[in-house]
Amino acid sequence: MSQHMPIKNLELERRLFKRRVLMAGLIAFIGILVLLSRLFMLQVLQYKSYATLSKQNRLQIIPIAPNRGLIYDRNGVLLADNIPVFSLDITRDQVKDLKDTLSRLGHIISISNTDLKYFKKALRQHRPSTPVPLKLQLNKQEVAKFYVHQYAFPGVSVDARLLRHYPVGEVMTPVLGYVGRINDCELEHIDSANYAASNFIGKDGIEKQYEKELHGTVGYKQVEVDAGGHAIRTIKRVAPIAGANLYLTIDSKLQEIATKALGGECGAVVAIEPKTGQVLVLASNPSFDPNLLVHGMSSADFNKLLMSPDKPMFNRALQGEFPIASTIKPFLALEGLDSGVITKDYTIYDPGWFRLPNTHHIYRDWNWRHGGHGEVNVTKAIIVSSDTFFYNLGVLLGINRIDDILNRFGFGMSTGIDLPSEQIGLIPSPAWKWKYKGERWFKGDTVNSGIGQGFMLTTTLQLANAVATLANRGLRFKPHVLLKSSANETSIKAPKTEAEDPVMIQNKWAWQTVITAMEGVIRSVRPFGTARIRFGTNPKYSVAAKTGTGQVYSRRGNRDEEARSEANIPKRLRTDSLFIAFAPVKHPKIALAVIVEHSPIAGTVARRVLDAYLLHSNKVSVKPRRSPLSRR
Amino acid sequence: MKLHPIIADSPYQNKQAASIAKKILRFFHMDIFLLTSLIALSAIGLFILFSAANQSWALVTQQLIRIALAFLVMIIFAQIPPNTYKNWAPWVFGFALILLFAVLIVGLVSKGAQRWINLGIFSFQPSEIMKLGMPMMLSYYLSDKRLPPSLKEIAISLAILIVPTLLIAKQPDLGTALMVATAGIFVLLLAGMTWRIIGLGAIASILSLPFLWHFLHSYQKERVLTFFNPERDPLGAGYHIIQSKIAIGSGGFLGKGWLQGTQSHLHFLPEHATDFIFAVCGEELGFIGCTILLIIFSFIVARGLYISYRAHDSFTRLLSGSLILTFFMSFFVNIGMVTGILPVVGLPLPLVSYGGTSMVTLMAGFGIIMSIHSHKKLINT
Repeated sequence: MSQHMPIKNLELERRLFKRRVLMAGLIAFIGILVLLSRLFMLQVLQYKSYATLSKQNRLQIIPIAPNRGLIYDRNGVLLADNIPVFSLDITRDQVKDLKDTLSRLGHIISISNTDLKYFKKALRQHRPSTPVPLKLQLNKQEVAKFYVHQYAFPGVSVDARLLRHYPVGEVMTPVLGYVGRINDCELEHIDSANYAASNFIGKDGIEKQYEKELHGTVGYKQVEVDAGGHAIRTIKRVAPIAGANLYLTIDSKLQEIATKALGGECGAVVAIEPKTGQVLVLASNPSFDPNLLVHGMSSADFNKLLMSPDKPMFNRALQGEFPIASTIKPFLALEGLDSGVITKDYTIYDPGWFRLPNTHHIYRDWNWRHGGHGEVNVTKAIIVSSDTFFYNLGVLLGINRIDDILNRFGFGMSTGIDLPSEQIGLIPSPAWKWKYKGERWFKGDTVNSGIGQGFMLTTTLQLANAVATLANRGLRFKPHVLLKSSANETSIKAPKTEAEDPVMIQNKWAWQTVITAMEGVIRSVRPFGTARIRFGTNPKYSVAAKTGTGQVYSRRGNRDEEARSEANIPKRLRTDSLFIAFAPVKHPKIALAVIVEHSPIAGTVARRVLDAYLLHSNKVSVKPRRSPLSRR
Repeated sequence: MKLHPIIADSPYQNKQAASIAKKILRFFHMDIFLLTSLIALSAIGLFILFSAANQSWALVTQQLIRIALAFLVMIIFAQIPPNTYKNWAPWVFGFALILLFAVLIVGLVSKGAQRWINLGIFSFQPSEIMKLGMPMMLSYYLSDKRLPPSLKEIAISLAILIVPTLLIAKQPDLGTALMVATAGIFVLLLAGMTWRIIGLGAIASILSLPFLWHFLHSYQKERVLTFFNPERDPLGAGYHIIQSKIAIGSGGFLGKGWLQGTQSHLHFLPEHATDFIFAVCGEELGFIGCTILLIIFSFIVARGLYISYRAHDSFTRLLSGSLILTFFMSFFVNIGMVTGILPVVGLPLPLVSYGGTSMVTLMAGFGIIMSIHSHKKLINT
């Protein structure tokens, strides 16, 4: 209990409370008087001016959409433009019977169900006094036809609008993404005032990532409107502020070359400038023409695009997850040499297979039919891509060390690129396997990890980024696509190059050993470098590279049949090919990763891209392309 | 039992009928003055809503069901004796506080504004319970203290006040946070906090304004700035104020007539069925209609204060006083906002605006006030 228990003086408290209640009553009374006098002021004293505003000339505020920022590549090639189109607009509060108007309009100009659907959505989103597009892109005949009948359609008008256009077409879609009409979900997250006049929003890629910068700030005009809803005069106009123009790090010519080199195959190419982390190429094939989505396509066409077996809407460079396969070998070799688990001269005999002590299971080398590669040290193991050597190294390192070096190179985690919906791949650990597979980690899992098979997955971007780190001898930068943005002539903003934690090793010579071996993958004749067949020989610059072959499914059991010929098995079960490279070796200008699904051409694609970038021997020009739908 | 023939013009019979009605009302712990004025207010509200909702019967029916439910809640709350409220106060407060934390955590997880708790059958906002829990808790805390409260007691009361307020403001629901905080402050003011402390508190809160400004969401800042200069944001909140002033002003003395408003029906006026419904009243029913509405509001406040004035112990006095003053605040702020003398905070006009949860809480509060009035003899010792 408290030390002094004050005696409540009930009578005193009652009197105090009553005073306070009276005071509160008085304040409430004054408050109500304030409201009444305010109402008196508005409704009696200023009645005339408000009545005028309300009756004869009503003030309307009409929002004006800002022009969306343009997008250029690093060389100033225009990638996203705004083109003027004629659109058929309806201003809701000037139309008496909307149903009747729409059905009569349908007799003059054909209006699709998709148009109607979007129109009804947009109606809900905008104020009734704002013109809402019913059909975008009227052709000249339709415009002329409408003008003849315009007298019969009050509240309907033909207006000039700007529509997004992507002159380069499908090639740049993996980077640019596209804009589309604002949907209900997006509506909840945008500032509805700023989008009062906008119908489009970035849906993917750069368009989505930098929506805020690209969109700009809405403007408006204040107009006097008569009782019929017709604008009489503009009182005030506040111009919209156009969105910022963006310059990308992408070299669109190179991207075009990379995409063409992939030809009809599904795959991805990512190239990065090692010393800055600027992404030069981020290509995914097949792609799709973003212009189709801007202009609005029927849901049948859209579904066809979505359901196409080659998945053109799937961004293989960012979202496609593939086994790392043999391209893991340089990274593991580096860790083996640095940690002292092996030395430069550590040699094993490769009979074409590997077996864990005291077990029966045999892990085959890709070259097992020819009796393996014989005596192999680490340099030869990289040049000929000896699986046996790396099965063994994997076991020597142990899964924890393998995971550690891969994580330090950025595998299994987001690269932090400024593009939406990046996948992170997978670096499996015993803890992961227990949690998601409910199984113990077997030694055999470590053996498979040694050649980048098993559960291990990477994205093309991650792989390219790791190659850039290798080219930098450990320095890491966050890969990025935005070079600079300019809101106007004077203000140009360029994002800073962001350095990440570098890969530090104790024995610096290990870099040189691994990189020299990777040069051998292309130059070495004896032993025979694995890149010589697909990449070709005698490039006019120095290259360090590594090949890889990703198994799509386990072929245990029907090995002999499979081994006869890849051509005999269905395409979707054939192996993926991977290729990583950087060049020139001393002062790297480009690091790249290529992954091609079910086809061995990754090396060929890499050669085309490197030649084009380093020798300027490209003969392909960037020009508008046909839609992918018509091609297939 | 004998059956009496009913003689319509007998004064005795009328008197008897009246006394029976009185008995029924007393049996249900109803206060005739509050009950009739609340019914009148909701009836007028339905008429205005019918017009504001473009004569949609569906909307009006929905609102009618809500009103019926709210009145039912009021009757139930009036049956519970004040002592029970006193005993329950800490539990109600604690329960509401836990729910507010729960909502905050769910909100953090889903990375968005989160105010609702879903119970499967229906969902509700814990901040609504806090509207009652806060004045109950503070009245409970101060009821056995010697009044006026000491500095230490004021400090503890403010601590009780600040946590739920911040939690609600964080949701972010500035309007409700404001109402909960004022409900608590009203308890303190009624408890007889000395004028010197009130003065110091006022100065302190003015000085802390720039600091609080920092914590506001950008859209909330925008609204305050827009209040001082509506031209600033003609497409957003400023547009609301400009249009609602035109609607009210053009109503004039007699109004344009029920269902005859042009501003609201031509969709110039946004939110005209919810927060801005008073503008429809102003446009269609004019100065006369608005004055009648305000008189009913004032009568309810006056009756509430009278009940509080006559209450017999600290807890019931403080609680009923705070509840009725909070009711005053809610319609004062709403009408002040619609007529452009206060910034736009999302608060509905009690019993008139379309919408449910806050109405139920409000009527529960009136149930408590009626309980305090009708049960007073039982605790008069």
